[in-house]
Amino acid sequence: MQRRQFLVSQTAAIAGWSLWSRSAQAAAADPQLAKRKLVVIMLRGAVDGLSVVTPYAERDYYQSRSTTALAAPGTDEGTLLKLDSRFGLNPALARLKPFWDQGALGFVHASGSPDSTRSHFDAQDYMESGTPGRKSTPDGWMNRLLAALPGPAAPTRAVNMGATPPRIFAGPNSVASLGLGPRAFEAKAIDDPKMQAALDKLYGGTGGDGAMAKTYKDTTEGRGEMKRSMAAAAERNERGGMAGGMGGRSMDPSADNGAPSARSFAADARRLGQLIQADAHTQLAFTSVGGWDTHVNQGGARGQLANRLGSLAEGLEALAQGLGDSLKDTVIVVMSEFGRTVRQNGTGGTDHGRANVMWLLGGPVAGGQVMGDWPGLETAALTDGRDLAVTTDFRAVLSPILQRHLGVGEVALAQVFPGYGGAGVKGQVLRS
Amino acid sequence: MASTLPLAGLGWSQGAAPLSAEEKALHALNRLAYGPRPGDVAAMRSLGAERWLQAFLAAQFEPASAAAPEALKTRLAGLDTQALSQAELIGRYREATQANRANRREAAATMEANKDAGKDDNAKTEAARANARRELVRPVLQQTAQARLARAIESPAQLEEVLVEFWFNHFNVFAGKGPVSVLVGAYEREAIRPFVFGRFRDMLAATAKHPAMLVYLDNVQSVKPGYQPPQRLARANPNAQRLTGLNENYARELMELHTLGVDGGYSQQDVTELARMLTGWTVDYRAAQRGSKGPLFEFDPRRHDNGNKQWLGRAVKGAGQAEGEMALDVLAAHPSTAKHIAFKLAQAFVADQPPPALVRRLADKFQATQGELKAVTRALVESDEFWSREAYGAKFKTPYHYLVSSLRALDATTPPDVQPLTQLLAQAGMPLYGWQTPDGYKNVASSWMNPEALSQRVQFASTLSERRARRSGLPAADAQGLMSTLGPLLSESTRKNIAAEPANLQVALLLGSPDFMKR
Repeated sequence: MQRRQFLVSQTAAIAGWSLWSRSAQAAAADPQLAKRKLVVIMLRGAVDGLSVVTPYAERDYYQSRSTTALAAPGTDEGTLLKLDSRFGLNPALARLKPFWDQGALGFVHASGSPDSTRSHFDAQDYMESGTPGRKSTPDGWMNRLLAALPGPAAPTRAVNMGATPPRIFAGPNSVASLGLGPRAFEAKAIDDPKMQAALDKLYGGTGGDGAMAKTYKDTTEGRGEMKRSMAAAAERNERGGMAGGMGGRSMDPSADNGAPSARSFAADARRLGQLIQADAHTQLAFTSVGGWDTHVNQGGARGQLANRLGSLAEGLEALAQGLGDSLKDTVIVVMSEFGRTVRQNGTGGTDHGRANVMWLLGGPVAGGQVMGDWPGLETAALTDGRDLAVTTDFRAVLSPILQRHLGVGEVALAQVFPGYGGAGVKGQVLRS
Repeated sequence: MASTLPLAGLGWSQGAAPLSAEEKALHALNRLAYGPRPGDVAAMRSLGAERWLQAFLAAQFEPASAAAPEALKTRLAGLDTQALSQAELIGRYREATQANRANRREAAATMEANKDAGKDDNAKTEAARANARRELVRPVLQQTAQARLARAIESPAQLEEVLVEFWFNHFNVFAGKGPVSVLVGAYEREAIRPFVFGRFRDMLAATAKHPAMLVYLDNVQSVKPGYQPPQRLARANPNAQRLTGLNENYARELMELHTLGVDGGYSQQDVTELARMLTGWTVDYRAAQRGSKGPLFEFDPRRHDNGNKQWLGRAVKGAGQAEGEMALDVLAAHPSTAKHIAFKLAQAFVADQPPPALVRRLADKFQATQGELKAVTRALVESDEFWSREAYGAKFKTPYHYLVSSLRALDATTPPDVQPLTQLLAQAGMPLYGWQTPDGYKNVASSWMNPEALSQRVQFASTLSERRARRSGLPAADAQGLMSTLGPLLSESTRKNIAAEPANLQVALLLGSPDFMKR
């Protein structure tokens, strides 16, 4: 199979990454488990999955998309990049194609939530709480996952990148924060020892608010740990004679932008990758990118959506570069709350639909294949006569990653996804 | 703090010691205003907390009586773009995009003519393009932010400002989407501010018909299937040529976010049918080009799908604009809307998990008064739950509230350049007029309280005590003054701990204290 054949790497992302051999994984004992990482990236606003991994072999696709369809794979610029006999990759994602070719990038199509809501906000909520249809769940599945991971806790075991706490990390277990922008690694007033000693008294007092005291503790411990890790990594790099150490200049000069738009994503994603690689404790990370709600003038091979996808691909590549050697131990999952209507609407865009495609990237991924049970686009196969049907529950994609990659046991898995006992994914998510 | 609140709302205002008069006054300042200013605390002391509070509350419900200080009035009057009509604003936006296009053409021509000099000239035209935007579009948004912040910091009619923030957020539009950048201030002025003490139905209609909302949620382009624009229209609005049918965006959010709520009882079919009913609600771009002074909302019967519909269990006969008006009537009067609005108000003003009994009472008031927002707000402020010990200091401040309350505590006037402030808000994940999605910002601790927020707030607090702050036009903080303004809000241990620290840390510690993170 082509995906087993490692090409000489064209991009720095893949440099230094050796084949994750079967025997190495079989020998993986507990210390190995501590190196395994999961990064989840949420595309808020419902990306049009049919424009990400496009079923070019389906006539209904071209009939439904008069101005937004992507041309079948060909030699012309702007045509789909062929994945297999059914699917092509959006040409805006070209820089991810080498990962596919080398078997490190795969997709699960027609996946999503069993709950039929077409509200962005409820659907995101369900995907983050891990309990579709149940609003009362107080915590997020990645926070519950922290408790379910084998091995000891650490202040930076989970890292959220962004200014605000996401629903997926809500809960009692500590999560560190990595800010956005080129100054994310710089020292702040709160790191000053005198300031911190004084704040310790204010926040640690017995009369204080428990939630605030905990947030403060997470802040100082998390920042301290990140700082030590990054300093150690910088030193290692210096000794190793590597150019452009940690906290180096950002690729994207416009990255200092508080809003997490896809434009600044590459620089932020690279820093996140660097931090994960530098900090031996970090196993879980989350961030999100907005701006996918393309109701109007979505575009095709060029245009609004293609631009966003291009920036996202740049970000994923930068994340992989930041991760460096750790990419072989990392699974990156990209997901979005639901897909968009098969038929484009009256304004050159698409409205809220049902199933989407989940992206899987990293060394352990059984890439080079489009997994899942493809229901097709014939009208009879569509949900409510308009939307791609969900044939794979998003938890079915995540469960094997949690179990086989992160070593979460069956009992613990049932706590991460309570009440879920669904079928697995058609196709194998991870390498055996 | 949220975790100490009784989950089911039982035990609200029972058992705990009632708030003292001074606590009540401070609570009012934290919830119905953006926190105390030094003058408030002084007045409270001289009048007595009880009398001060009565006068404060009376003034808040009659905002016209709370006269703005001359300095603020003068400042607001100096913001010239805030007086522009919808047509003038759209004209500016159009001019900026045309300048961009011309610049791009010019750049291409220059490149063609002199390929060697391409790089230099390219940089020049890039700059020219940026200039067009800088001169035409950016000042409008800057001045809009300045007006909002100046009022929030300095207006004595504080409740009005808190409600403007609340209702703008409820009917959120995003300045990053095309012409919304120039229209967002007009939207707040014309569709939100006049109605915060008025009728919900009126605010609903004003938002539905405002170009900012029509553009933001795409209804401006939603047309009946098979619509063919007349030639002259296609010339006035080049986008019109692409339109071939429905766009559900606004219809969905109108029910999900603005009125019924996501569980308010509607289906996907209802979304599509409502979208059909609202086809033809658009912006009159020809009137904009003529420089019309008035609102640019237009019902265009040619775009309207006048077929019969089935919506929310009722048969709707094709009736042009009247269909949409009827829909707004139905939605505004719907019990689900009353519940949805009552919940949001109680959550914003009382507690992250608002007491269900209070939500029920507010919903009843909303229905009984047919959405009289003054009566509903009054019911909220007169409730026992609002003044309960459980509610006191229990809300974690949003970045906006944190920023504005810090500046008020320092007796700041709004700096002439608000960009450092808007940058802080953007960094904190709460850019002013910059929330991309129509749900608006959340108002609960779980959406804001995290390590990044604490490090940023402590950073801001310590910046205020440095010279850097004065360079960016922010006030030089004085620890003594700040202590007397905020002292009553702090716990005794916080006060003692801060007093024992060196003077140069005290300002940062006061504004960075756990007590000041909450309201």
